[in-house]
Amino acid sequence: MPERTYVFHESMSRYPLWKGEGPPADRLDIELTERCNNACIHCCINRPAGDRQSRARELDTKAWKEILGQAAGLGVMTVRFTGGEPLLRDDFSELYLFARRLGLRVLLFTNARLITPRIAALLADTPPLEEIEVSVYGMRRESYEAVTGVDGSYAEFGRGVQLLLARKVPFVVKGALLPPNKKEQAEFAAWASTNPRMDAPPACAMFFDLRGRRDSAVKNSRIRRQRVSPEEGLAILTRDPERYRAEMAEFFEKFLPRPSDLLFTCETGPGCVDAYGLFQPCLSLRHPGLTFDVKRGALKEAVAYGYTRLKEMRAVNPLYLKRCARCFLRGFCEQCPAKSWSEHGTLDRPVEYLCRVAHAQARFLGLVMKEEHAWEVRDSVERIENLKRKVKAS
Amino acid sequence: MDMVFSHSDDVVSREIDGALIIVPLTAGVGDMEDDLFSMNETGTEIWNLLDGKKTIREIVDALAGQYRADAGEIEADVSGIVKELLKRRMIVEATAA
Repeated sequence: MPERTYVFHESMSRYPLWKGEGPPADRLDIELTERCNNACIHCCINRPAGDRQSRARELDTKAWKEILGQAAGLGVMTVRFTGGEPLLRDDFSELYLFARRLGLRVLLFTNARLITPRIAALLADTPPLEEIEVSVYGMRRESYEAVTGVDGSYAEFGRGVQLLLARKVPFVVKGALLPPNKKEQAEFAAWASTNPRMDAPPACAMFFDLRGRRDSAVKNSRIRRQRVSPEEGLAILTRDPERYRAEMAEFFEKFLPRPSDLLFTCETGPGCVDAYGLFQPCLSLRHPGLTFDVKRGALKEAVAYGYTRLKEMRAVNPLYLKRCARCFLRGFCEQCPAKSWSEHGTLDRPVEYLCRVAHAQARFLGLVMKEEHAWEVRDSVERIENLKRKVKAS
Repeated sequence: MDMVFSHSDDVVSREIDGALIIVPLTAGVGDMEDDLFSMNETGTEIWNLLDGKKTIREIVDALAGQYRADAGEIEADVSGIVKELLKRRMIVEATAA
């Protein structure tokens, strides 16, 4: 008689936060600090590591534990610890263990510079159950530190990565394509492929976001200078054209938006709690009118407040209504209220740079003709079918 | 049958949407690093009875009284799940805990 099985591997994707109506329960973002030990030229968030004002405003250990407890009670399965650099918090290990003991998985975003033997041992003995994501800014000291602006950061990053490898802590790497490391991309991909957890080329950010706090015109101007042109971005994305076409055909099969003036059509998780205890709809969207102070109310209230409000918000900007609301590239294009907020200080103004990036890619895929605008296309379904046929034939 | 088991410190159990989810806490509980586990209805009920106080015999008796099912079948279920949970390091003998 075959042995019966009582314990099953479980996929958590089938659990909504509340039956039927709720946002997905898969992940809550926890921004432990805005401070970072790097001062990257393209960063949309970082404050200096020693910024006393930021540090004084940050939630303390007890407050974070309260929020983590509430998150677990809501049915959240994963918390993303991000920043800034989350390892700058003196209580990182305590919060990490607390979250894991609540049965939460922890997705850690880090630059690895502050990985010590003690932290590596913690991550090995009590695994996060999610692959750690390590940001990599260059393959050499010169390029790496030209991006981070910190002497000695490259050596610390290398040491951190070695500690993770030595303790067999699962992690993946991701890059940022910037002028100082542009020529190292092939080397980066080759190095990344030696990591057993990397089953595809590393993700590489290049269409950088402006600062979500809208706190520095000087830094925003510097970020703009680091962005690749739409054509350059396209060349990078289509290095393997067949693969790119196949991935995009699959994307359009799943996501073909109908014309709509609804602003929030993305399926994000429950949201994000920032370093100071403000709940916001996602990591990037820092519009002060859309936040909820979880020091004054329960996380559940914040999630419900955000979720119901967002679902009803409609665009009013005539340009958005003429273009984005009618555009079949919506969803494919990175235009969203968060990007509009960081670029223009409003939720519904088209971001021209992102529009040009999306159009360059759509033209490559044959979805939009030269000189044509995607929002004018009337036979998008047919064009997508053509793309799918082309992919199938190849 | 006189042995007593309790939930291991190597895992955390959570109830989500009415379902029992077992989340590994320490390394090596799952086959992979990101494993989560659930149980069928029988498993969940037995898991809740493995409280570090009741013996296996008491658990079998409690279930037999509740379901009026064949005691042999219940005993097989309890033994089966205890064996599997021990193998997966999800429970420990209470005296050894």
